[in-house]
Amino acid sequence: MKTTVLDSLNQGLISALKADSSVHLLGEDILDPYGGAFKVTRGCSTAFSMQVIPTPISEAGLAGVTAGMALRGLRPVLEIMFGDFTTLIADQLINHISKFRWMYNDSVTLPLVIRTPMGGRRGYGPTHSQSLEKLFMGVPGLTVLVPANFSVGIHSPGSILENTILNTDSPVLFIENKMQYLQPLLTAETLADFEVDLRYDPTDINQQYPIYCLSIKGAPSAAVTISAYGFCAELARQAQLKLAFEEEIFTELIIPTRLSPFALQPLMDVVARTGKILLIEEGTRSLGWGAEVGTLLAETLGDKLKQVKRLAALETPVPAAVSLETGMLPQQEDIEALLRKMSA
Amino acid sequence: MTLEEDYYRDMLRIRRFEETVLDEFKRGVFSGTTHTSIGQEANAVGVIRQLLPDDIILTNHRCHGHFLAYGGDMRALFAELMGRQTGICGGRGGSQHIHYKNLYSNGVQGGIVPIAVGMALAEKQKKSEAAVVVFIGDGTLGEGVIYEAFNMASLWSAPLLIVVENNHIAQTTPTEYALAGDIRMRFQAFGIPALELDTSSVMEIAGNTFQLMREVHEDYSPRALILNTQRFGPHSKGDDTRSEEVVALLKEQHDPLAIMERQLSSASVSSIRSEVEQEVKAAFETALADPVARMEGRA
Ligand SMILES: Cc1ncc(C[n+]2csc(CCOP(=O)(O)OP(=O)(O)O)c2C)c(N)n1
Ligand SMILES: [Mg+2]
Repeated sequence: MKTTVLDSLNQGLISALKADSSVHLLGEDILDPYGGAFKVTRGCSTAFSMQVIPTPISEAGLAGVTAGMALRGLRPVLEIMFGDFTTLIADQLINHISKFRWMYNDSVTLPLVIRTPMGGRRGYGPTHSQSLEKLFMGVPGLTVLVPANFSVGIHSPGSILENTILNTDSPVLFIENKMQYLQPLLTAETLADFEVDLRYDPTDINQQYPIYCLSIKGAPSAAVTISAYGFCAELARQAQLKLAFEEEIFTELIIPTRLSPFALQPLMDVVARTGKILLIEEGTRSLGWGAEVGTLLAETLGDKLKQVKRLAALETPVPAAVSLETGMLPQQEDIEALLRKMSA
Repeated sequence: MTLEEDYYRDMLRIRRFEETVLDEFKRGVFSGTTHTSIGQEANAVGVIRQLLPDDIILTNHRCHGHFLAYGGDMRALFAELMGRQTGICGGRGGSQHIHYKNLYSNGVQGGIVPIAVGMALAEKQKKSEAAVVVFIGDGTLGEGVIYEAFNMASLWSAPLLIVVENNHIAQTTPTEYALAGDIRMRFQAFGIPALELDTSSVMEIAGNTFQLMREVHEDYSPRALILNTQRFGPHSKGDDTRSEEVVALLKEQHDPLAIMERQLSSASVSSIRSEVEQEVKAAFETALADPVARMEGRA
């Protein structure tokens, strides 16, 4: 059995609970044998019954409760069953949790991790399929993380989660993805066709949030840079592989694991070389991550930047019907088509 | 000093601090907004003086009195309201966003209640024996998140005292325009015993709070205290929609300071008054001379 992203996150939680008794897990339906709607917390309540608290359906209240726990020295981890429900914790996140440290003149710490799965492609429809992380990016005092499906070097989704739970002093929104859960973790062996370069933002002093730079091994220099995160990063990697081997179109793929505050620097020299960037996200296109990163690149690279393209979801709710949802969300074929055009 | 004199002095410190703030606002010494608790001083002093040293306070926009009753430094509060580096939070928070020792305030109605529950649960988990008090107004009973919090406080036996300062008005909206049913029943629905007091006597509030806090500490479970009180000042500054006669009548009947003054000798009242006057004046002047807060980061 291959280790999946889900297994890795589950192991990360279990290791964190084991390492520090101040770590507490809260969430709806997280008790065994069910183990959470997506099973990320499976086994936790059995092994650490004192640290796992099943809760009522009270997202806003729970965000506040875990914030209070964090302000008083515990390390709570809150699961929000579907990312769509982060709208219910917006007041706590924006007006309370992310503000306390700065507003109180750095006199408190708030080590809270709120985990939640975003994303569609399962036919769950308009209120259970969204990628809402853009609502929380750029909120001062809030870190937004997103794991990648790699186990390369010292980092895996689980290790990033575990380290964050055990070491953060500030609130973190940890964005998982429903499709990514089932992906096998890619290792140096399974990534044999790729050159994988790990970079870090200079502000990430402890090098906790890797930025993966993927290019095809032995390939000529890339024509286009791609950047994507979450499940879309895997779609981009598949497209990158296919175009390289079938059409000799070579690209570099940059996958960040920290979306906010955003680390531009490691992207910059790659984009400076190709002059072309394709930014991919699963949320709706306007006023989102791609818009911000594209602007940052334009501001810093000036006329070294020749082309910026964004690929994202259409500006509608996420439809339930498979045919509609497929048309609404970015697909691998869309990435390939754009790369063909951009590299021409 | 007797306990009565002590409480009287604490209430007077709040009164004179806030009167100074309102006066000086007109002169432009302060900017932004502020909410004074003139008329409600007995709640702050009566409740907070019953807390044990490790207990925790969560408070709201109307928090100056809670801070001062908790032992917060008057100059630091003036300085915070004036945007000085020496302010409680270096000017970052201002009037309604402060943190000092175990007191935390925030300016969004309702959100502090679940945070109070989480703090109470954390203290229980750490076996620290500290309890939490959270202050909310009657208008805040309209916020949904507090009921999620009441439910969890009761469900998980949080050592928490919820104090409702029912001043019968929320900004300009009289309680009867906004509140259905009975406040006590809202707590009882969650299995939280609630006591309602109709008084501006600090001694009465103190005695009852002492008992409630003992229950909270001993039973490790939440209690609620509903304090029917009166606000004599504007909601913020110059925004009182009530007539002067109505407010004057409230003051005549419910002034916590006047109630205490009747019980104290005139000699001790006047000596406390001059002591407080000096303190307020010195704190104000020191804060005024303190350096203005500066923002860093813009290149
Ligand atoms: C969520 C939210 N809505 C509105 C406001 C604006 N506001 C500040 S105080 C206040 C009235 C609050 O009334 P109450 O809870 O009775 O407290 P009081 O001001 O009477 O002490 C309002 C509407 C706010 N701060 N937060
Ligand atoms: Mg009120």
